[in-house]
Amino acid sequence: MATTHHKLIILGGGPAGLTAGLYAARARMDHLLIEKGAEGGQILLTDWIDNYPGFPDGISGFDLAEKMTAQAKRFEMKSMFGNVVSMDLSSPIKLLELEDGATLSCDTLIICSGAHPRPLGIPGEKEFTGKGVSYCATCDAPFYRNQHVAVVGGGNTAVQEAAHLTKFADKVTLIHRRDELRADKILQERAFANPKVDFIWNTIATAIEGKDGVERLQLQGTDGNKSSLKVDGVFILIGVLPNNKMLPLDVLNADEEGFIPTDLETRTVVKGVMAAGDIRSKEVRQVINAAGEGATAVLAAEQYLSNL
Amino acid sequence: MASDKVKEVSDADFDSVIGSDTPCLVDFWAPWCGPCKAIGPVVEALAEEYDGKATILKMNVDDNPSTPGKFGIRAIPTLILFKSGEKVDQVTGAVGKAQLVELIEKAL
Repeated sequence: MATTHHKLIILGGGPAGLTAGLYAARARMDHLLIEKGAEGGQILLTDWIDNYPGFPDGISGFDLAEKMTAQAKRFEMKSMFGNVVSMDLSSPIKLLELEDGATLSCDTLIICSGAHPRPLGIPGEKEFTGKGVSYCATCDAPFYRNQHVAVVGGGNTAVQEAAHLTKFADKVTLIHRRDELRADKILQERAFANPKVDFIWNTIATAIEGKDGVERLQLQGTDGNKSSLKVDGVFILIGVLPNNKMLPLDVLNADEEGFIPTDLETRTVVKGVMAAGDIRSKEVRQVINAAGEGATAVLAAEQYLSNL
Repeated sequence: MASDKVKEVSDADFDSVIGSDTPCLVDFWAPWCGPCKAIGPVVEALAEEYDGKATILKMNVDDNPSTPGKFGIRAIPTLILFKSGEKVDQVTGAVGKAQLVELIEKAL
């Protein structure tokens, strides 16, 4: 099969990739964005985004994904549907292999492969996925009308989605391993003021049990005390893991968790390869900095190409 | 680029459609579900590839409450594979194409 070459390939179509696509298209660079699903990435999992500037009333993750895509396409961003399974970054011409066997090559690559929800890794979790265990409150909340659900986590996603779940569920119990939340203060205030949300502090879930679906959670406090909680569902919102299966992690000097370190201009240790968005090794994973990094990465790519 | 190969199925015609000897993959989705949207292009690509060998359908769970209830669906997207009216297997979430191919191949 013939290899198609582009000056720039953007791997992934979330906020970082779509912003990179917008900048590349406006710069009239020969580019191609590869996305394995629909454009939007993880913002498609978010019910509402209140901290992306320019939308004074907030915007749904779904709508923001469509608007970002439409904006990039207005400038003729080129994109294709495909799943990259491996790549070779050992020579100046980078090679990408797709699931269907096709190969693509490029002079410069921007990795925006993003991240996915982190599982708890406890008994019953896999077995009951889709049968009471969920990683997406926006998707599955309507299945828990008038029921009792648990949320595991204490960050922005957990606290925001706990509040979203109360639109359907009668009661939402947030289980957190510490004695305080990590989420933004405004999200905490809303959760504490919500009469349908209660909290179990200093506690971890150790098992998910049931028959045809989730019936109860086994819990253990940091003091060692064990208990169980009757619930109809459990939403696991404890952060993310990198989408890095297709990446040569050694070559890219990945960190312990598998995220890709870069300099301030998003350049990785491999010349001509940038990383932007949630796949980057960093502290803060927000839509706004993903978008910013996507723009920075295109400028770094242009600079690299001009020195070739 | 919506494919016309992925037909909508409803509570009313569900039983008659999945009763066929041809394997049927049903994508249970809803318009407000982001991952359902994400998996959409994958399902459409499969419908093109398996045209004539397997039937790829989708069911909107908002408009059709009874079938998802019958199969205990509590998360979307859920994709269930049927053959001759019997459930063969299912997957949940915006999984990759390879996983769906593996699922369909179980009934071919």
